[in-house]
Amino acid sequence: MENYDIVVIGGGPAGLAAAASAKENGCERILILERDNELGGILNQCIHNGFGLHTFKEELTGPEYADRFIKKVTELGIEYRLHTMVMDISEDKVVTAMNRERGLFTILAKAVILAMGCRERPRGALNIPGYRPAGIFSAGTAQRLINIEGYMPGKEVVILGSGDIGLIMARRMTLEGARVKVVAELLPFSGGLKRNIVQCLDDYNIPLKLRHTVVDIDGKERLKGVTLAQVGEDGKPIKETEEYIPCDTLLLSVGLIPENELSNACKIKMEPVTSGPLVNESLETSISGIFACGNVLHVHDLVDYVSEEAALAGKNAVKYISAMETDPSDTEKKQAEPIQLVATEGVRYTVPAVINLNKMEDSLIVRFRVGNVFQDSYISVYYDEERVMHRKKKIMAPGEMEEIKLQRDKLIQFKNLRTITVKIERE
Amino acid sequence: MSVEKRDLICIGCPVGCNLTVTLESGSVMKVEGNTCPKGDTYARKEVTNPTRIVTSTVEVVGGSRPFISVKTKNDIPKEKIFECMEEIKKVKVTSPVHIGDVIIENVAGTGISIVSTKNA
Repeated sequence: MENYDIVVIGGGPAGLAAAASAKENGCERILILERDNELGGILNQCIHNGFGLHTFKEELTGPEYADRFIKKVTELGIEYRLHTMVMDISEDKVVTAMNRERGLFTILAKAVILAMGCRERPRGALNIPGYRPAGIFSAGTAQRLINIEGYMPGKEVVILGSGDIGLIMARRMTLEGARVKVVAELLPFSGGLKRNIVQCLDDYNIPLKLRHTVVDIDGKERLKGVTLAQVGEDGKPIKETEEYIPCDTLLLSVGLIPENELSNACKIKMEPVTSGPLVNESLETSISGIFACGNVLHVHDLVDYVSEEAALAGKNAVKYISAMETDPSDTEKKQAEPIQLVATEGVRYTVPAVINLNKMEDSLIVRFRVGNVFQDSYISVYYDEERVMHRKKKIMAPGEMEEIKLQRDKLIQFKNLRTITVKIERE
Repeated sequence: MSVEKRDLICIGCPVGCNLTVTLESGSVMKVEGNTCPKGDTYARKEVTNPTRIVTSTVEVVGGSRPFISVKTKNDIPKEKIFECMEEIKKVKVTSPVHIGDVIIENVAGTGISIVSTKNA
């Protein structure tokens, strides 16, 4: 069995930033395991611009953003293995992986950082009736086919779901000569960023039909068309509104789910709303020494925040190792009861979910999503029963992640603080 | 004098500020709702000469991959997007190519070049 200080699972934006940060914080033996044939993860197929405004103060494309971090990881001399599939992580941090050169191999790590990213919700999760002809793709699959492999999936396109990848693909396919007839969204609002509605749909006169869904699929060998219908307040399709739209391609952009197989295999405690691991202020999961960051933790809309979060996970993994090495019993010591974060009244979840004051940095960013569109409402934070923050926002939507910043000294000042509640208030 | 108000959503960054532009006889009097200078620039451009960055792919011969991604180095007028795409589709490059290498100069007569965003 090989030994490493930190094994990072996944060489996408989260894994790269976590590894770089761990190295910069003094960790020597780091290994990144990546299943694809290059580092960079999903950024390699996200050829559109808009990445890095926050981190680099300039607008980069996905591959350029990835390259900045790949360069950093290479310059820092961090080891990585490509074409390598991680099969299992055990509770005592033995990582089992395989690739063509080494076959099946095991690594004992002092700390593990989960950075596997997420995957798209498939057709099977939607229960669309009808045949299963060729021509139905997830938006990300179509993106890979066009941008990496150079194939056009079709000519006449309907897109179901208005997530960002679907919107980006509406524009991409239009530019490549396809006709995108409509983007249908089941909900009364889009799940994508507003800027993408403007520059991907409005710019090309592609209609966005809210409260619409696909109720039938036509075609046996290849897709011939779909039937679209409006849905009522009860969420059920309205028969009279059915409309047949001929098309040879249906793209699904209906949400992303953290890729959880490995987290589940080592019995990490999961957060049902995010479908990712439950973590504390250090981004540490329920198993000490196993950290999570990026889209495997919760799905982000901005890669900049993935990098920021991952850097924190990398730093904390190093802190964990040095604490273990100075006093192995330290982590076993009974700690003060952690402060629970409660997401309620419009707030779906918070990351992290618990805070240990003794491990918290001077300030901590708590990220969350709202469950509905809120206009002229307030983000409110309560320490136990006392409201300590009340910030007005012109608009909040489920597609756009929100954040608040907590200060450690403020939390300490508040005697015996048990819960921090985050909620949305109308006034 | 005719005063016109136009509502826009800023595409300068993912925040997507709601902007209101006040136009008087076609010229911009006021931009509201922006939270940074980008919004002001965007709004003024959007109502007079809207521009966009265009991204696409170009076939690469002899490289480690079949295609590289490319972009317009700066934003180009919106009405030039499809002309720009036509020129991109006609090009093939030979490896090695590096990020930032110019693939097409003065694309669609815009004065802007197409540059690589990937190494191959």
